[in-house]
Amino acid sequence: MCVECGCNQRVPFGIKVLRVLAPGLLRASTVAPSVAATDVTSKPIRSVDVRLPLLAKNDGLAERNRTLFRSQQMLVLNLVSSPGSGKTTLLEKTLDGFGLETKCAVVVGDLETENDARRLARLHVPVAQITTGTACHLDAEMVAKSVASLDLAGVRVLFIENVGNLVCPAEFDLGEELRVVLLSTTEGEDKPLKYPPIFKSAHVVLLTKIDVAGVLGFNREAAVENIRRIAPQAKFIQLSARSGEGMEEWFALLRSRLPKS
Amino acid sequence: MHEVGIMSSAMETVLAQARAHHATRVCRIVLRIGVLAGVEVEALRFAFEVVARDTLAAKAELEIESVSVRAYCATCAEEFDAKDSFVLTCPRCGNFSGDLRQGRELELSRIDML
Repeated sequence: MCVECGCNQRVPFGIKVLRVLAPGLLRASTVAPSVAATDVTSKPIRSVDVRLPLLAKNDGLAERNRTLFRSQQMLVLNLVSSPGSGKTTLLEKTLDGFGLETKCAVVVGDLETENDARRLARLHVPVAQITTGTACHLDAEMVAKSVASLDLAGVRVLFIENVGNLVCPAEFDLGEELRVVLLSTTEGEDKPLKYPPIFKSAHVVLLTKIDVAGVLGFNREAAVENIRRIAPQAKFIQLSARSGEGMEEWFALLRSRLPKS
Repeated sequence: MHEVGIMSSAMETVLAQARAHHATRVCRIVLRIGVLAGVEVEALRFAFEVVARDTLAAKAELEIESVSVRAYCATCAEEFDAKDSFVLTCPRCGNFSGDLRQGRELELSRIDML
């Protein structure tokens, strides 16, 4: 599924079947035995303090994106969730409401097809689709290239709809101002507990599809409590793009975060 | 989930440093990984074996330093050591904190080379 997992044909091994252990097991840090003793050369070992992020390349590009977005006084949001949580529907309704008063643009990522870009295409909205092939997340370079292909004149808000995935996008900064994580009532109430990194990194958490919560027997109180425990830093909104409930609160949040022009 | 990508990115930096220092081989690579970084250490080691193959770092030891979790409690206006969980509960007042100060590091810390 994911080129980064090592499960594509180029690197045919099975990291994906490894058991994901509790983070606590990371504590077993290994101190390697010295290899100097086994080396027969007389050259001294040199130590270089690097202190660079492992994802330095992506982080650098993301920072460049952020600087560009800020210089254009554009609010940029990175929408992340499982597949099927309602990212595209939320954006459709947002473009048809909020998007009529404030010029928006969209970059949408999927493994294949232009279906989402077609759904989001509006006369007043520049849209770019990124097809990642096998990659399970967008990275800063993809965003930079797709943004460069759009006419952003007058655009105040750029929505980046990430590939549906609650794991990998957590580590990849795109240069966004706000990371918006969606949880829908068609999923489990405990998803924030099962996928904590992405919720921990959220600026905004949206509980979507609340109009069908009753039918599904979704326990909203339990979900709200789980979100509060994992992501107390995040602004939390419950909404339904279909019924419109909570959408005004979402639009108000967008308005409040618009850079002053 | 993406340990191969992370390790490949790290290896680019390692090899660039090795070339810059005219090293004949890399002996040790030290990483600092936060307990909450969401990275599986065993997968990282596995990825390292693959991406280091046939490079100056092929025989290098991979040392992984674990970085514990620290968070800030706004109510108590103090930092605290959090358990290895994303639920950051202040041991003094019991409130949940969203302000992680340490524990998500993904850092290439040091390279030893000959």
